[in-house]
Amino acid sequence: MKRHHLCIAFAAVISAGAARAETDSSLQSIEQYREALRDGNPAELFEAQGEEIWKTPAGPKNVSLEQCDLGLGAGVVKGAFAQLPRWFKDTDRVQDTESRLLTCKEKLQGVDIKAIIKAPFGSPEKDEMNALVTYISGASKDMPVKVSLAHPKEQAMFNLGRRMFYFEAGPHDFSCATCHGQSGARIRLQELPDLTIGKGAGVAWTSWPAYRVSSGQMWSMQWRLADCFRQQRFPEPNYTSDVTVALSMFMAAMANDAKLDTPGIKR
Amino acid sequence: MKTFFILPLLLAATPALAESGPKTDWGQGADDAAFAAMIKSSFHDKGIATLARLDQDSTQAFCSDPARATGASKEAVEAREKIEAENLATIKWPADNTWLGDWKKGEAVAQSGRGLTSSDKADGVRGGNCYNCHQISKQEIAYGTIGPSLWNYGKIKGDAPETLRYTWGKIYNSKAYNACSNMPRGGHMGILSEDQIRDLMALLLHPQSPVNQ
Repeated sequence: MKRHHLCIAFAAVISAGAARAETDSSLQSIEQYREALRDGNPAELFEAQGEEIWKTPAGPKNVSLEQCDLGLGAGVVKGAFAQLPRWFKDTDRVQDTESRLLTCKEKLQGVDIKAIIKAPFGSPEKDEMNALVTYISGASKDMPVKVSLAHPKEQAMFNLGRRMFYFEAGPHDFSCATCHGQSGARIRLQELPDLTIGKGAGVAWTSWPAYRVSSGQMWSMQWRLADCFRQQRFPEPNYTSDVTVALSMFMAAMANDAKLDTPGIKR
Repeated sequence: MKTFFILPLLLAATPALAESGPKTDWGQGADDAAFAAMIKSSFHDKGIATLARLDQDSTQAFCSDPARATGASKEAVEAREKIEAENLATIKWPADNTWLGDWKKGEAVAQSGRGLTSSDKADGVRGGNCYNCHQISKQEIAYGTIGPSLWNYGKIKGDAPETLRYTWGKIYNSKAYNACSNMPRGGHMGILSEDQIRDLMALLLHPQSPVNQ
């Protein structure tokens, strides 16, 4: 009885009218700042750079990526991002944009992709990947997310991603759900999307890859996820590993029908 | 066989889970081998964040199943009480019976979100991450809302022995009072030292702390 009483007292939200009003105006200022940023998103520069990389012959075989099949047939970029991740017959794997790009680099260009996987974020290898993803995402801008779970491996990947979302571990007991499993919550002043519902997943999935003003970097979803795991106090996920593709599959399928606003911009 | 066992658990899940997304057999018990293989193949050691951190203790494993972590079934409720009892037993109370430290130092601990990430040093100062989720002093407007507001905590709750004990226990091991609380177990997991907990106690409970002004 006593414990019950104390728990209730601890959980009681103490009214703080003045502080809340201040916070609301801070959130409003941040929103205005974001709006201002949207005029002239520097991500466009990365899009242009990505397009050039896509079309320029490279690798030991000295061919471009123009014959890369992103799911809609060899060379089709428009609309491909809206349907990724997806299952690919040639690899018999579910792949996101970045893991598919690695397949194309390996098969078409003869590139040793192990070096790309191992390179840290911010390295030239990863910057090139981020530019490619930015270009590909831009070619699906304003299209609705249309990720399929029709293939058994797609459904299985979605299921694994959903389970991973709730996987709690590390010194802080954090899972993705700790921050992204409820609506209307914030870390400091940063609003958190609730990824367990279509609306929240839609907001999150359709805004990456994104240009981050604070760091001046172009971040792909792979980079975003790696930094989430860093803050979760987890070890680092391998680039394009199944955990990252599974979480993307979970988010993307939950975001189905939301309109892509890619590439995005973040403070 | 397993499928039939999982279904009732899913039906007992919270509305948030039940209402959205494709209905699938995805949780614990649904292809454990594939899930374990995925975890094993998907990470590498980085700095102090080694693969050993992926090994769950019994509380973490339990709380990774949302149906039981939040479900209303008798089985789930009883399981949570057991987890809470296990965590309560881990709490180390202040050896010298000194409960309150320095609230100024406590404020610094509450402000800091540093420590224990793959980019932190092993001997780096560890913060409490408190403002990330709680409103605490009124002066700090950049506070999170995952946890309840703690502004005026001491003013409202007083300084009775059971208040000291509960507050210490909650910081030391939050799961002793709420099995699957989002709050880290500051003392139990070695995130915070005993002195840091004393300083946080002072921040929350000392009459002169800005929290209670």
